[in-house]
Amino acid sequence: MSVLLILPILLPLAGGVIAVFLKSNPKRSLQLALTNAGLQTLTSGLLLYHVHLNGILSTQIGNWPAPFGITLVADHLSAVLVMITAIVNLAVTSYSKADIDAGLIGRGYYPLLQMLVCGICGAFLTGDIFNLYVWFEVMLIASFGLLVLGQSKSQLDGGVKYVVINLLATLLFIAGIGLLYGLTGTLNLADLHTKVPLIANRGLLTAVAMIFVAAFGIKAALFPLFFWLPAAYHTPPVAVSAIFSGLLTKVGIYALIRVFTLVFTVDMGYFYPALLVMAALTMITGVLGAAAQNEFRRILSFHIISQVGYMAMGLALQTRLALAGTIFYLIHHIIVKANLFLVSGVVQRLQGSFELAQLGGIYRSNGWIAILFFIPAFSLAGFPPLSGFWAKMILIRASLDIHQYGLAFVAAAVGLLTVYSMTKIWAEVFWKPAPQANHFSEAMIPRKTSAWMLAPITALALLTIIIGFGAEFVYKFAWQAAEELSHPQYYVNAVLGNRQ
Amino acid sequence: MQTLCAGLVGVMVAASVYLILDRNLIRFLFGLILAGNAINLLIFAVGRLDSQRPPLIPDPATAMQGSFANALPQALILTAIVIGFALLSFIFVLFYRAYQELGTVDTEFMRVAEADPNDQLPVSSPQPGEPA
Repeated sequence: MSVLLILPILLPLAGGVIAVFLKSNPKRSLQLALTNAGLQTLTSGLLLYHVHLNGILSTQIGNWPAPFGITLVADHLSAVLVMITAIVNLAVTSYSKADIDAGLIGRGYYPLLQMLVCGICGAFLTGDIFNLYVWFEVMLIASFGLLVLGQSKSQLDGGVKYVVINLLATLLFIAGIGLLYGLTGTLNLADLHTKVPLIANRGLLTAVAMIFVAAFGIKAALFPLFFWLPAAYHTPPVAVSAIFSGLLTKVGIYALIRVFTLVFTVDMGYFYPALLVMAALTMITGVLGAAAQNEFRRILSFHIISQVGYMAMGLALQTRLALAGTIFYLIHHIIVKANLFLVSGVVQRLQGSFELAQLGGIYRSNGWIAILFFIPAFSLAGFPPLSGFWAKMILIRASLDIHQYGLAFVAAAVGLLTVYSMTKIWAEVFWKPAPQANHFSEAMIPRKTSAWMLAPITALALLTIIIGFGAEFVYKFAWQAAEELSHPQYYVNAVLGNRQ
Repeated sequence: MQTLCAGLVGVMVAASVYLILDRNLIRFLFGLILAGNAINLLIFAVGRLDSQRPPLIPDPATAMQGSFANALPQALILTAIVIGFALLSFIFVLFYRAYQELGTVDTEFMRVAEADPNDQLPVSSPQPGEPA
C-alpha cells in the first residue's frame, strides 16, 4: 500500500509538470488541475482510511533501509492534513476558474499552484528532517511565484517582505539541521528520537531546539515573528490568498508539533513555559491587530495569527487532550479560514472592493452569501454548534485541567474579541445599507458571481457544519492522533521496525 | 582547523546580521548571501575537517580506519547551494521589479501594501485577477 503514500506527492508534481505545457490553454489547464485535484482528494481519502484502519504507514524511497534513505510516513496527523490539503486544493482550483484570468494562467498559475500543493503534501508526509527542508523549499518557491503573480505594486511590496523573512527562516532551519546532524549523526526523524536523548551536551541541544523554534515560528507566524503575514496575505488574487491562509502557516505548526513530539522529547528547560507565553501573546496581538483593521482580507489575515496562537497553545500544554485539541483546531481552522477568504472574494466581486467602508447591503441583495459568510465566520469565533466551538472548548478544557487558568482566560477572551471582528464585518458588509456612490476607483466594477465560486464555498461551509455536528467522531480521531504523538514509540516502530 | 572555521562562521554571521539589519534592500541582499555561505561553512565544519583523503573503505576492510571527514554534510551543502542559488536568482529579479514599480530600495518607503490608515483615500491597487 506504499503507493498511497507517494501518490499525494506524485499527483500534483506530475500535474504541475504537465500544466507547464498547457499554460497557453486556460480550458485544458483547468480541466487538468480539476481532475488532478479530484484524484488527489480520492487518494488522500484512501490514505486516511488506510492509516485509520491499519495504523501508521511508512515506506522507504528507493528501498534504502530506514535511517539511511528517505522515509515517507503517514500517521493520523499527517494523513488528515494531506486530506484537508487536497480538499482545499480542490475548492481553490474550482474557485480559480472564475477568479484567475487567462493572463495569469499564461504566466504559470496552475503549475505553481500544483507545485505548492506538492510541497505541502511532501512536508506533511516526510519522515526525514533534511527532506522536510527540501519540501519547505518547494513550497516556498511556489508560494513566492504565486504571491507576486500579476506583479501589481502592492503584490511586489508584500512579496518583498514575505520572501525576505522566509529566506531567513530557511537559513535558520538549515543551520539547525546541520548542527543537529553534528550532534546525532542522523537525519531520520524516528532515528533522531532514539539518538537525541544520548546527547551529553544538553545546553547545545537546547540551543539547536531554539533555532528550530525560530525557524518554524516564522513560518507559523508566532508572536514576535508574524509581521510578514498581514503585510503580504491581502495582496495576491483571492484564490491564492485562500490557499495560503489555509495551509502555509499550518505547515509551520505541523513542523513544530512533529519536531517537539518526536525529536526534542527530552527535558527542554524553559521551552514549554516560553511557548505558552508566546502562544498567549500570539492570540492577543493577532486579535487586537484585527480589531484595528478596516479591510476585509487584512482582518482575516490578522485572525490567522490569533488562531495560530490556539494551536501553539495546545502544543505548549503538553497533555494528550491539549494535543487532540490542537489537531481538532487544525482540521477545523484550515477549512474555515480558506472559506472566509473565498467569501471575501465573492463580496469583492459583487461590490468591487475589500474596504469595509465601501461595502454594504449584501444581506439584502444576496442573502445566501450572508449565510455562507455567517457559517465560517461564527465557527471561527467559536459559536456552538459550529466546529470552532468544539476546538476552542477542548483547548480551554485542557488548560483548565492542568490549572492554567490565565491561559484559559486568554483563550476565551480572544474568542470573544474574534466575535467582535466578525460582527464588524457582518455589520459593515452585510447589514449596513450599500454606500451611495461607488466612485472610489476604476477597478470597482461590480460583476456577477459564478457557480464555480459558490460551489466550493458552499461545500466548505457544509464541511464546517458536518465537523460541528459530527464533533464526537472528529474528536475521537484527534484523540487517536494525539495518542500517536504522545507515544513516539509507535512512529519509531513503524519506521525502524521493532529492532531496537 | 575546526576552531578557525567556527571563528570564521561567527565573523561572517555577525557581518551578515549587520547588513541584514540595513533598510537598503541591496545591503540586505549582500547580507543574505553572506549568511547563506556562513551556514554552508557551518555545516561543512560540523562534518569534521580532519583528513584530506577521500572517505573510501580500502578493499579488504569493512569499515573506515582513522578519522575521516563525513561526506554527508558535504552532500547537504551541495543541496543547500543549489536551492540557495534558485532562491537568490528569484530574489534578485523580485527586488529589481519592486525597484521598478515602487521606485525605491529603502524599506522605510515601501508602504503600498500596508498604507497609512490616516491617508485620505485608501490605496486601492487593481486586483490582478480583474481586468483593470
